[in-house]
Amino acid sequence: MSTVADASPAPSPRPSPAGSAATRTSAPDAPAIRPKRARGTTTGHLLGILAWIVGLIFFAPVAWMVLTSFKQESQAASNPPTFLFTPTLDQYKAVLASGAGSYLLNSVIATACSTLLVLVLAIPAAYALSIRPVKKTQDVLFFFISTKMLPVVAVIMPIYVIAGQLRMLDNLLTLIVLYTAMNLPIAVWMMRSFFLEVPGEVLEAASIDGASLMRTMRTVLLPMVAPGVAATALICVIFAWNEFFFALNLTAANAATVPIYLMSTMTSEGLFLARLSAASVIASLPVVLAGWIAQKQLVRGLSMGAVK
Amino acid sequence: MTTAAATGTPQSRGSSQPRRTAPPRGAAQSRADGWSRRLPLLPAFVFVVICTQIPFLLTIWYSLRSRNLLRPEGEEFVGLQNFLDIFRDSTFRGAALNSILITLACVAVALLLGLGLALLLDRKFLGRGIVRTLLITPFLIMPVAGAMLWSISMFDPTYGLVNWLISLVGVGPVDWTSQLPVFSIVVALVWQWTPFMMLLLLAGLQSQTGDVLEAASMDGASPWQTFRHITLPHLRFYIELSVLLGAIYVVNTFDQIYLMTAGGPGTASANLPFYIYQRAFLGFDIGQSAAMGVVTVVATIIISTLALRLIFRSINAKEQS
Repeated sequence: MSTVADASPAPSPRPSPAGSAATRTSAPDAPAIRPKRARGTTTGHLLGILAWIVGLIFFAPVAWMVLTSFKQESQAASNPPTFLFTPTLDQYKAVLASGAGSYLLNSVIATACSTLLVLVLAIPAAYALSIRPVKKTQDVLFFFISTKMLPVVAVIMPIYVIAGQLRMLDNLLTLIVLYTAMNLPIAVWMMRSFFLEVPGEVLEAASIDGASLMRTMRTVLLPMVAPGVAATALICVIFAWNEFFFALNLTAANAATVPIYLMSTMTSEGLFLARLSAASVIASLPVVLAGWIAQKQLVRGLSMGAVK
Repeated sequence: MTTAAATGTPQSRGSSQPRRTAPPRGAAQSRADGWSRRLPLLPAFVFVVICTQIPFLLTIWYSLRSRNLLRPEGEEFVGLQNFLDIFRDSTFRGAALNSILITLACVAVALLLGLGLALLLDRKFLGRGIVRTLLITPFLIMPVAGAMLWSISMFDPTYGLVNWLISLVGVGPVDWTSQLPVFSIVVALVWQWTPFMMLLLLAGLQSQTGDVLEAASMDGASPWQTFRHITLPHLRFYIELSVLLGAIYVVNTFDQIYLMTAGGPGTASANLPFYIYQRAFLGFDIGQSAAMGVVTVVATIIISTLALRLIFRSINAKEQS
C-alpha cells in the first residue's frame, strides 16, 4: 500500500535540495500545489480563512487563560465576562510570593535528571537495536512499546508500597526513576529511528579505521544524530514536566512538582481564578515555548520516530 | 560464512534476523560477539523490566489476597475472590464502559477534526505557520492546567465562557460538569488531542509526492476522487499510528477526570484509572484495586496486541520501502 518513495536518504522534507523529486520546490510544503489552484483562488482564500477561524477557536481557551491571569479576581469571575480591563501583574506576583519557587525547582530537577538518565540509557540501547543489532531486535522493540500500554494505575499500588519500604516516598529520586522508566521506551524507539538513517558507509569507514566502539560513538555517530538527541530530549521533557499521576500519589510537601502546586491553588484556598490562571500560565510556559520552537521535532517525537 | 565479521553494514541493519551464522570453530567468539551486541542494550532493558514488570507481578500477588488497610484483621490468600467481587461490582462495569466510551469518542472526534485541520494546513495561505502554532498549543498546555481551564474558566455554570456564549443565542445556563460530565471530559480531551492527530496526519500529507497528485488532476480526477483514491490510502499508515498512540494515552486519562468531575456526580464519569485510584488510595482496598488493575492490563494487552501487530507491519513495510 505504501508506494511512497520518501524513504530516500534525505527523508526530512525541509532541507532536501537533493532534487530527487523534480516537482518538489524548495518550499517543502507545496507539493504540486493542489489541483484546486487551477480553479481560481476564491476557494483557496476561503479555506485559508476557515483555517484561521478554527485555529483561533482552538487557541481561544488559552488566550482566555492568559487574559484572565492579568485581571483582578473580581474581573476574572464576572458574568458577563470582562473583556476590557487594566492589566495587572498582581496575580503573577502573588503566585511567586506563595512559594511556587520550590515546586518549580522540583519540577526542573525531576525533568532534567530523568531526561538525562533516559538519554544515557536509550542511546546505547537504540544502537544495539539498529546499527549493531541484537538477535531479537523486533521482540525487544515490541517489549519496550508494550510497556507503554501498561496502565500506570495498575502498578501504582506496588510502587507506593515499595517506595514506602525503601523510605523513598516524597522523594524526588523516586519521581526521577519513574519518569525515566516512563520515557525510556519512547526514547529508545526514537533514537533507533535516527540511527537507522546514518548511512552505512560512514560506519564502515569508521570500522575500517579500527576505531573503538566508544570512539565511533563519540566522534562519528553522536554528531550525526545530534538533532535526534535533541528531539528525544524535547519529548521526554514535555512528558516529565506535565506528569501528574505519580506526583500526586508519591509526593507530599518535599518533592511536589508544579502540577501539584496548580492543583493545590485550586483546592486549598477556595477559588481564585485569576491567580490560578497566572499559575497555569507559568506552569505551561516552558513546554509551550519548547514545543513552539521545535515543532518539527515534536512530530517525530510524538510518533516515536515513525513519522519524519 | 567468513563474512560474519561484516557487522554494522547496511544489509544487516534493521532486518529482523541479522545474519550471523557462527563459524563452527568460533562458538566462544560468536557468544562474545552476541554479548558485545547485547551489552549496550542491557542497562535500558533491565531498568524497564525492574520498573514495570516487578511492580506488575506484585499487583498480581496483591490481587490474590484480601488486604484492606481499613480492616485490621490482616490479609490472607483468597484466590480469585477479588476478581469475582469486582465483576459483581456495577461501578467497576460502569467505569470500564466509561473508559471505552471516552476513548472511542475522543479518538474518533480528534481524528476527524485532526484530519480536517491537516487538510486545511496542507495548503499555502497567509500565516499558515502561525495557525499551526496556535493549533498545537492545546497539546502543549499542562494537562492539569487544561483540565482546570475547562472545568472553571470555560464550563463554570455562573461565569464560564461557554455559558455566556450560549446565552447569546438564548440557551439557558448548563451546569456542564454535573449535568454532562462525560461530555465535558470528552470536550477537554478532544481539545487536547486534536493537535496531536493533526500533527501526525499533516506529516503524512506532506510526505506525499507531488507528481502523483499532479498526474491525478491532469487525468481529470476531482479533488474528492484524488482524496479518496490517492491521499487516503497514502495516509493509512499515519491514521493507524495516530489512532494507536492516541488511544494508548487517552485510555489512561486521569488528570481531567480527577480535576474536572472527580469521577462524579457519584461515579457517573469515573473511568478505570480513576476508579482503581479511588479504591486504592481512598478506599484502601488493595486486593480489589489490584484485581481491577490486572483485569485492565489483560484487556489492554488483548486489544493493543492486535493493534500493535498491525502497526508493526506498517512500520516495517514503510522502513523497507
